[in-house]
Amino acid sequence: MKTVAQFSIGYQQLLDSEGRPTGELPAFARDADSLREMYRVMTLCRLFDAKAINLQRTGKLGTYAPCTGHEATHVGVGAAMRQEDVLCPVYREYGTQLWRGVTLAEIFIYWGGDERGTHFAVPREDFPWCVPIASQTPHAAGVAMAFKIRKQPRCAVVYIGDGGTSQGAFYESLNVAGAQALPVVFVIVNNGWAISVPVGEQTAAQTLAQKAIAAGIPGVQVDGNDVIGVRDVMQKALARARAGEGPTVVEALTYRLSDHTTADDATRYRPAGELEAAWKLEPLLRLRAYLEQLGAWDEAREKALRASLSAEVDAAVQVYQSTAKPTTDSMFDFLFATLPDHLVEQRETARHYAGGHG
Amino acid sequence: MAKVTLVEAVNMALNWELANDPDVVLLGEDIGKNGGVFRATVGLQERYGKLRVQDSPLAEGVIAGMAVGLASQGMKPVAEIQFMGFLYPAIDQIANHMARMRNRTRGRLTMPIVVRMPHGGGIHAPEHHSESLEAMLCHHAGLRVVCPSSPARAYGLLLAAIRDPDPVIFLEPTRLYRMTRQEVLDDGLALPLDTCHRLREGEDVTVVTWGAMTHDVLRAAEQLALEKVSCDVIDLATLSPIDHDTILDSVAHTGRLVIVHEAARNVGVGAEIAATVAERGLYDLHAPIRRITGYDTVMPYFRLEHDYIPSVARIADGIRETVKT
Repeated sequence: MKTVAQFSIGYQQLLDSEGRPTGELPAFARDADSLREMYRVMTLCRLFDAKAINLQRTGKLGTYAPCTGHEATHVGVGAAMRQEDVLCPVYREYGTQLWRGVTLAEIFIYWGGDERGTHFAVPREDFPWCVPIASQTPHAAGVAMAFKIRKQPRCAVVYIGDGGTSQGAFYESLNVAGAQALPVVFVIVNNGWAISVPVGEQTAAQTLAQKAIAAGIPGVQVDGNDVIGVRDVMQKALARARAGEGPTVVEALTYRLSDHTTADDATRYRPAGELEAAWKLEPLLRLRAYLEQLGAWDEAREKALRASLSAEVDAAVQVYQSTAKPTTDSMFDFLFATLPDHLVEQRETARHYAGGHG
Repeated sequence: MAKVTLVEAVNMALNWELANDPDVVLLGEDIGKNGGVFRATVGLQERYGKLRVQDSPLAEGVIAGMAVGLASQGMKPVAEIQFMGFLYPAIDQIANHMARMRNRTRGRLTMPIVVRMPHGGGIHAPEHHSESLEAMLCHHAGLRVVCPSSPARAYGLLLAAIRDPDPVIFLEPTRLYRMTRQEVLDDGLALPLDTCHRLREGEDVTVVTWGAMTHDVLRAAEQLALEKVSCDVIDLATLSPIDHDTILDSVAHTGRLVIVHEAARNVGVGAEIAATVAERGLYDLHAPIRRITGYDTVMPYFRLEHDYIPSVARIADGIRETVKT
């Protein structure tokens, strides 16, 4: 039998686990201010995450999906995007969202059980968190189609987890994006675990990036704990999309250094030792080591940064905790542009039983 | 004024909106060069190009999901699902996203989408091509469900649906696609949503129905008129939200209510109408409410489809029984 098609999947790592460049780095990796800004948001994610888990444990926040371990992927993606691009997240990509202007308070308000947290003041066209797995992927294809129809040089970026790549919606979205050459980048955050199922039991595919191949689009792997590698891969994928050359799948290899959510206990299913080993590869240490090699970071800066970020997180907690419960009216008021009569009646009933406060 | 079929009226409305609103975009399977399997979109891709009238890949979930993405950018997608039996893969997108997005973003992202699809049986189609699944859709907050009963109403209601700022499921009765012709002025004038239409005035009994069944109900009403039974026939038109006031006013006048629908009875839209009249109009009733519906079976393959769909005889019998009590 003759070979009619052949494919390969590339892998990129620009900083190794000790923060040493593996080769020549892109221009932005020599810009200390830019690197420090990425480091700042990554550290903010780490501190915010710890605070959110703590609030949940003390009954002050609902079930929360942590992001610890994913900071390089999330910030690398955010830094590569333009503000006018559109993000379709899953539910833990706070690093990208913070980079794009979502606020800490909005994130707290959302996980505190209040839809107002999705009313993003800044990235007005970004999608809210998406809980039904993979159902966000066709949204990105639709957003990208709007850009294509209107000839706007903008891109959609959509996240999906390793488990999400088993969903039909994911394959269907890759397919339509390829068929119609849409300006969209699919970012698979492969953190090894879909709640309790390891990626090796999720699929027989050697890589998740290769799922792109069947859709006729390029797929590439990147070390998801290497923020420089992620940003570089994303910049190239976005430039390609913006130039009308179509979509790309980026598989970021990282590790979930937390439970799936605060309702989960990963010690039930994760083998002993795996978590400890993964902590040695975590993304903050690596970028910090590189910054120190550049002479752009030191312990004093680290202390000052952490103090200022802790204050920022505490201030957001204050905003969250002083946000009054939504009115019962708000259950009704955003269902339709104009509320139908039967809902006006039900709104009155809810208002009455809420003590007349609406 | 041209005499057109219902499917031609759909085409006229789509054409009007494509011509007059650059944000309107059509997507669906085989809607481009082929003009749709029922020819609802015939000629439109030729006129408006492949980007505004798109042949989607064969994946209903992606059609509905891309409509959500397009709408989030302020476009007005009109998606076609080829047959209602193929709607299920799109339900995740319709229920979890389209219907909820305005609410969950507190009005930041809105969904001015129409999802059109053929509705009901009676055209000797293959399996899974003849379903009436409106009840499932009406159960979701945030959706409108509309079902026209004539070419003129298809034209006016589809224009209204496309212009509505919220998602509308637009059910096109397959049996009516080519059944009758009617003069329809292509003037871009929409009909109001959320309101019933009275098809025939009567004194003895209110008969509420929609879609293709309106024609069978009108035939039954004509027969009954010869027997001096006069029916107040109401075309529901918007299945969710229901214009209960018009129905209650009619029942207050006639004292009797019969509901006729092609869909299965169990938890059908008829049950909601009956329950509301029982809640708000019980003392106006002189007789129990009656439902004449499809059976609670699988929609049969076509050799039995006319045994499933309520016939004129079954409808007339039901109304006779109701006016007797």
